[in-house]
Parts: sequence; structure tokens; C-alpha cells
Amino acid sequence: MTESLAITKFSDLANPTRFLALAQRILPYMAGVTALLFAIGLTMSFTTEGDYQQGDTVRIMYIHVPAAWLSMMCYSVMALSAIGTLVWRHPLADVSHKAAAPLGAAFTLVALVTGSLWGKPMWGTWWVWDARLTSVFILFLMYLGLIALNRAMDDPSRAARVSAVLILVGFVNIPIIKFSVDWWNTLHQPASVMRMDGPTIDGEFLRPLLVMALAFTMLFFTLHIAAIRNEIWRRRIATQRRMAARLAGRGD
Amino acid sequence: MTALLLRDLKLSVRAGGGALIGVLFFMTVVAVMPFGVGPDLNLLARIGPAIVWIGALLSALLGLDRMFQTEREDGSLDLLLMQEHPLVVTVLVKCIAHWLANVLPLVIASPLLGLFMNMSEVAIGAVMLTLLVGSPALTLIGSVGAAVAVTLPRGGLLVSILVLPLCIPVLIFGVSASYAAVEDPAPFLPPFLILAAITMFFAVLGPVGAALALRNAGD
Repeated sequence: MTESLAITKFSDLANPTRFLALAQRILPYMAGVTALLFAIGLTMSFTTEGDYQQGDTVRIMYIHVPAAWLSMMCYSVMALSAIGTLVWRHPLADVSHKAAAPLGAAFTLVALVTGSLWGKPMWGTWWVWDARLTSVFILFLMYLGLIALNRAMDDPSRAARVSAVLILVGFVNIPIIKFSVDWWNTLHQPASVMRMDGPTIDGEFLRPLLVMALAFTMLFFTLHIAAIRNEIWRRRIATQRRMAARLAGRGD
Repeated sequence: MTALLLRDLKLSVRAGGGALIGVLFFMTVVAVMPFGVGPDLNLLARIGPAIVWIGALLSALLGLDRMFQTEREDGSLDLLLMQEHPLVVTVLVKCIAHWLANVLPLVIASPLLGLFMNMSEVAIGAVMLTLLVGSPALTLIGSVGAAVAVTLPRGGLLVSILVLPLCIPVLIFGVSASYAAVEDPAPFLPPFLILAAITMFFAVLGPVGAALALRNAGD
């Protein structure tokens, strides 16, 4: 019973006005929680001691790792929305994966840049063609390709359906990124937080990292909902402009 | 289905089809390489398999955007969409025809380019074999890109940008299998079998995705 209720709630959101009302209500809270988490996370990351070997550069991790996680989560959100577009024809899903692509590209870029800045003092080079780095770079290119495809088509609903197909085909890359460090023995270290036998990372570093990860996740959802809202507004304005132009033509 | 296969083959072999342009492009790309890296024969022999693979990858992308676009322009795409056969099978047949007409010549031309690159006989054979097994995957992945961009008037560049990232696994295992055939410690069979697996995987996923995109791209 509860499940069907949840489904009704979810399809209610197909009405853009209801979604806008919901977004209006929850966005200030989400933004507040994000700011609070960032304040806590950043304070924690700057007050913990540096690593005995890496010194202060270890603090890059608190930005790099959450951004990298988010770059993959964003693609998963896009893949879910793509399924929503193709299977349920949910109008909000169209807007959702379109709005998520630039966010994903931004998080991926942050992960790449901070990783590069971290790599210079630690590995002695800005960039290596290692499996994880390369596959994240490919993910970045895929985001840009999707944005380009979306911009190349003028009909938004067709663009959404077509890019949904591409998102789902490109989803093959996500497991490759996730497991690249386990499959290929490379310079990038293997996962040390999400492990079956508990994290191998010290609690001193783990706590700020988790807070920062939470803050990044909240940031993503806040920006995502705001971007969806903006996209709905943009489409409404376009429609109204078109109507106004039609009326103006008739008015002579 | 056979009729469709023959029709596509005839269209691409005839003037304006551009099947042989791909081979010319392939040769040009490979011929440009020695100018870039210098005519050192030992170096060329070492990087030869990679160069031939990259050249083949780029040339295979060349004709992709025309895969469904010519059909869309003369209206026969609507007939293909409406017929009784499942669209997935139609797309698969079109992929086979595209591969036979545009990519198979590349595979046949690759030994000649291998000679230019001063590669050993084993390496030439390995490159040709891996291309034969791996290049269908390029066409199958490309069919999704071609179907996605079918309504765009100048989608050629966009198709390449969308398809190239997905083709990288094919390139990785194709090149590593070719190197494994020449260099002793690495075994040839595992990367080669993974390459075959990728081709078969995309033989399923590619036509399904392309058919889905074609249905949705229609007006």
C-alpha cells in the first residue's frame, strides 16, 4: 500500500507546478543544510593533523574524493532519469538528466583538477595514463558530449529521449571506473573507504572525509533541484514568448 | 533482410558511397605518422600495431554518420521503421552491411600498412586478426551514435565525439592483444578473448540502443 502511495506521490511530480511548489519549500532548507555541512566539514578538514608523510597535501583528499564519488553518482542519477524518460515517459525525468549533465561535468572536472594538484607533489607528475585517471577523463568527455548533443537539438523532448539512450549505453563506463583500480594494478590506490572488511583509512581522516562527502552530496541535490527548477522556468518563458509572438502577429 | 543487405552493399560500393574513401583515409593517417615521429624503423616497428589500430578506429568512424542519414533523407527510414521485422534485426543487418562495405576493406588493407611500419609477420597477422574480431564492435557502437544523431543536419563530428569514448575498451584490448602476440611474456589469448567478448556484448547492446534511438528520433 505504501509503495503504491509512493508511486502516486512520484507521478504527482510530473505536474511541473507541483514540483515547483515542492522545490520552493525544500530548497532553502537544503541550501542551509549544505552550508552547515560544508562549514563543519571544512573546519574539521583544516583542524585535523596532516599526514606524517604527505603533510598538508592530504587535505586535498577532502575535496578530491567526494568530488570523484559525486561524478559517478551524478551519472547514476542521470541513468535512472534516463530510464524514467524511456520507460515511464516521466516529464520531470527529461529535465532531470538534462540538468544533471553540467553538474556532473563540473564535479568530474573538480576531481580531475584536484587529483592533478595532488599528484604533482605525491607522484611527481601532473598526469599519468593510469586506468582510473583515464576512465574518469573519459567520463568527463562523455558528459561534454551529452551536453553538446542536448544543445544540438531544438526540440527538448526529442533531445531528452535520444540522449537518454546514449546515457544508458554510456553507463557501461561506470563499473569500469569503479573497479579499474582493482582490475588493473595501477598507480592510483585502490578503494580504502568502501570495503567489505571495513575502511582501512584512519578515523582521523575518515570523519572529515565522510562529512565532506555528505556535504558534497547535499550540494549536488540542492543544485540539481535548483537546475531542474530553472529549466522548467526557462521552458515556460520560451512557451510564453512563442505565444506572445503569435498573438502579436494576430494583433495587427 | 538479404535484400536489405545487398542494397546497402551496392549503395556503398557505387559512386558516392564512399566505401573506398575510408581506406584512403586510413592509409593517409598511417602515412602521416612517420612524418610526425620520424622515420626510425625500429621505433615504427614498436608503435606500429598501435598506429594501425588508431588509424582503423578513426577511419571506421568516418562513414558512420551516413549510416541512417541517407535513409532518412530519401524517406526509406520510415519504411524500415514501419515494416514487420523487428527493428533491432534491421539495424543489425545494416551494421553488417556497413561493416562489410566500410570496415572490412580496412582490415584487408592493414597488412600492407603493417609492412610500411616495418612490423614483423607475426605482428601483422596479429593486428589483422584483432582488427577482424574487434572492428565489428566499432561499427556496432557507432550505430548507436549514428541513430542518436540521425536528425542532426551536420552530425558527423558529434557522432565521432559521442562514439570515441565508448570505443576505448576495444582499442585497449585490440592493441594489447597485438602486442602480446609479439612480446613473449604476455599471453595473447586473454586480451583477444576479451576483445571477442566486447564485440559480442555490443552486438546485443548496439542494435537495441540504436533501434530505441531511431524510434525516439522520429518526428
